[in-house]
This record gives sequence, C-alpha cells and structure tokens, in this order.
Amino acid sequence: MKVLIPSALRSYTKAMNVEAAGATIGQLLADLDRQYPGLRFRMIDEQDRMRPHMRFFVNGVQTFDMARALSPADEVQIVQALSGG
Amino acid sequence: MARTTKKPAPAPRRTSARARRTAQRSRKVRLSLLVATRKGAWLFHGDHARKSWRANGPHFLGHIVSHLVLDPRDGRTLLAAAKTGHLGPTVFRSADWGRTWTEARRPPAFPKAPEGEKGRVVDHTFWLTPGHASEPNVWYAGTSPQGLFRSDDGGVTWESQSGFNEDPTFKSRAGGPQDGTPDGPKLHSIIVDPRNRNHLYLAMSGGGVHESINGGKSWTPIIHGLEVVEGFDASNFAFHDPHCVRLCPSNPDRLYQQNHCGIYRLDRPSKVWVRIGKNMPKRVGDIGFPLVIHPRDADTAWVFPMDGTSVWPRTSPAGAPSSYVTRNGGKSWRRLDAGLPKSQAWWTVKRQAMSGDSRDPVGLYFGTTSGELWMSRNEGERWTRIVEHLPEIYAVEIADVS
Repeated sequence: MKVLIPSALRSYTKAMNVEAAGATIGQLLADLDRQYPGLRFRMIDEQDRMRPHMRFFVNGVQTFDMARALSPADEVQIVQALSGG
Repeated sequence: MARTTKKPAPAPRRTSARARRTAQRSRKVRLSLLVATRKGAWLFHGDHARKSWRANGPHFLGHIVSHLVLDPRDGRTLLAAAKTGHLGPTVFRSADWGRTWTEARRPPAFPKAPEGEKGRVVDHTFWLTPGHASEPNVWYAGTSPQGLFRSDDGGVTWESQSGFNEDPTFKSRAGGPQDGTPDGPKLHSIIVDPRNRNHLYLAMSGGGVHESINGGKSWTPIIHGLEVVEGFDASNFAFHDPHCVRLCPSNPDRLYQQNHCGIYRLDRPSKVWVRIGKNMPKRVGDIGFPLVIHPRDADTAWVFPMDGTSVWPRTSPAGAPSSYVTRNGGKSWRRLDAGLPKSQAWWTVKRQAMSGDSRDPVGLYFGTTSGELWMSRNEGERWTRIVEHLPEIYAVEIADVS
C-alpha cells in the first residue's frame, strides 16, 4: 500500500511516497523499517508506542492504535504534528 | 535523517611541498571546538595561536544536538547525540571529522517492559563519555529520563546498563519528570577513572552522585556533605541536584562539583564533599552550571556563576557575566571578567558549555544560550568573543589533537 512519509524522514526513504505491506499499522512499520533501517525508531519508541509528535492516518482518519487493521488498498499518511520552535 | 550521508570524492590533485608542510603541521597540532546547539552542531577549527577560528557546519541543521564529543583515543571519531523536536533520539557517528555521518544501528533505548507495565522511553541522549584508554571502542551515554548506556563498538549499538537502570533503588528514588530540568531529568557527568576502567562516577540532576568500582554492575551514592534545598531530606539521594561533576586530570583522587546548592570538592578516599563555594563572594554566590579543571593543577578550577535567587533566573548575577577561578582548591576565588560585558548581559552557560584545552597557558571556552562563543587564551585573564549568531548553545567540547 501507499505510505506518505513526513519530510523529516525522507532522508531515509529518498521519496515522499513509498510502498509497504502489513496487516496492521505495527506490521507496516516493521516492513518500512526492513526497507529503511532505523526509520521505525524515529516514530515508535522502545515500548512500541507512537511518539508524541507523530500522527498516523489511514485513508484520512487518524489512528493511535498500532494494531489497527489494514488492507492492501488502504493509504497511510504519516505526518508530524504542527508544532515546533 | 538517513543512516549515512556521503559526498562525492574530490578529484586528486598534486600537492606542493609548502602544502605538505602545512598539512603536516596541521596534523600535528589540531585544536577544534565542538559546539552542540538546539538547532545543529558546528566545528570550529583553530589556528596554532588560537586566534582565528574556521567554521565547519552546520551539521544536522534543525536537529537538537545535546553533546558532540571527539574520541581522544583515536583522535578522529566524533559522536553526536541528536534528536529533532518530533523524531525519536539517536546517536550519529563520524570517522572523518564530520565529512560523513552514520546513524547508530541501535541507539540508546530502555528495555521493553513486561506486559502490563508502562516502561521507560529515552527522550534524548544527553551526555557522551569515551571509555577507558584500554577499551578503545567503549563509550558511555547518559540519557533523559535518567539512564546509563554503554557501547562496545564505537557507538554503533548501545546497551542498557542493567546494573543501574534496573536497580530497584534507582528506579524508585532517582527522581522523575516532575523533579527534572525543563527538558527532563538528566544523567550526566559520566566519569571513567583513567587508572581503572571499572571505576566510574555519574551524576543525576534528580538523584545525586554515584560511584561504581565494578564497571557499573552496582552503584553507591556519594552524597555526604552535599546540601539540598531547604525542607528536603539530605540523606535521600533523590533530592540531590548535582549540575556538573569533574575529575582532576592531574589527580584522579580529587573531584570538583558544581551543585544546585553550591561548589564542592571531594578528595578520595574520603566520601565527604566540602563546600568550597562558601568562599565565593556573597553578592555573587556559588550557584552555576559548568565547571572546568586545570589539566595539570588539581588546585585550579573555574566556574561560571548564575543567579539562583528567588525564582532562579539562572542568568549572570546582576547582568554582569564572569568566571571565577580558584588556585588553591577552593580556599579563595578571584573574579575574571576582563573583556566581558559589564552590564545588561543576562547570560546562561549550560553545564556542558564550558571547557578548557590542555595548552599552556590553558585556553578556556564557553558558549551561551544566546548563541555566543567566548574564549580566553590566558586562563580567563581576558575574554574575547569568537563566534556569534549561533542557536542556543548546549555544549562546548575541545578536540585537541596534538
């Protein structure tokens, strides 16, 4: 499925949109980390929780659930929260 | 940021004899400042006279770099502790003075907690210390929240040190987010005794000073003699707030400490700290963040006082920044402010943002949170600003390869 990568992480993927597979958000991230080593830890902490400023959307609907089910036709958007300074 | 960055190799060119002599000289004598800031890192390469400084950077522009350290054992490996405001923390490594960087394959991270338990998460690596000279690839890292990590492969992978991180005494009393700095509680001042790789010290902003004599398998608090904020129990290490602890290079049995509650000295085998800051002028006080020790004289140390009154501005007392030096182990202190602004200079110098080189006379360097880098070529007798317009400076380290 198509995955939108936030700008801060495109140094890993060299692209804005990539393809990845997984039956859940967690599995999708594992596949992304397999393709782009180190990517997952920048978004997910060592307790397997989404980091505070990362946001995950499936077909435009936000989710905080790593076990959220996915289908191959879904589109996943990973974005950073709009905050900084 | 991706795991590696690489620039194309330059085309080879013929080198003149003059250029070869210059290169040889620069290889023999290389003094650089490693500056970590809230928005990236810079290297400033100095000339032989320490008068001109060539900027190299920014590296990791936009990243929060807490510490940038050279491995003195090989004279060329740099480690940078970094994160962005949004992304998880990591450590970058360069083996070529910053031309290329590689991300740690396994950055410092706490172990996964058992099912049902919350578990801790490293927010950022705060402090980096190279290991003992006899262990070339060993590094130590202190994190926020307070954790101790070790690498045995030059910073590529990091292991949680269970002797500290899983010790129930520390987990229950090492303070928490509510006890910490605005950026969270820090584990810092990791010290390796140059005589014995198993003899370690560390400090915690919420948790006191601790010693290990078995390579970190177990730890003992060393807090006797240290004062705490009024109303707290000084026998409980959780209430202690050391800001910076340093070991004397010329006498590893002596340590100095800048604490939330004063300046102290410890002479081993004693376990009792002595508050030498009581000899500082009362109008200035002995509160501050950084502390620098003379490389060859254990009686000489420099501090940079800050205002710790009322709401704790943590700025230069009365808006007049100054360093103070003791040449007699803290019995007396002398003000060193020649060249510094005399008023309306509300500076903060963080605990890692002041360093000294090993030259004679000793060069001193400090960076402010307002982005200025100052130095003295004569042990603080006169100060000169060498860089301005940097982001908030978190750390200044010396890379002295000579």
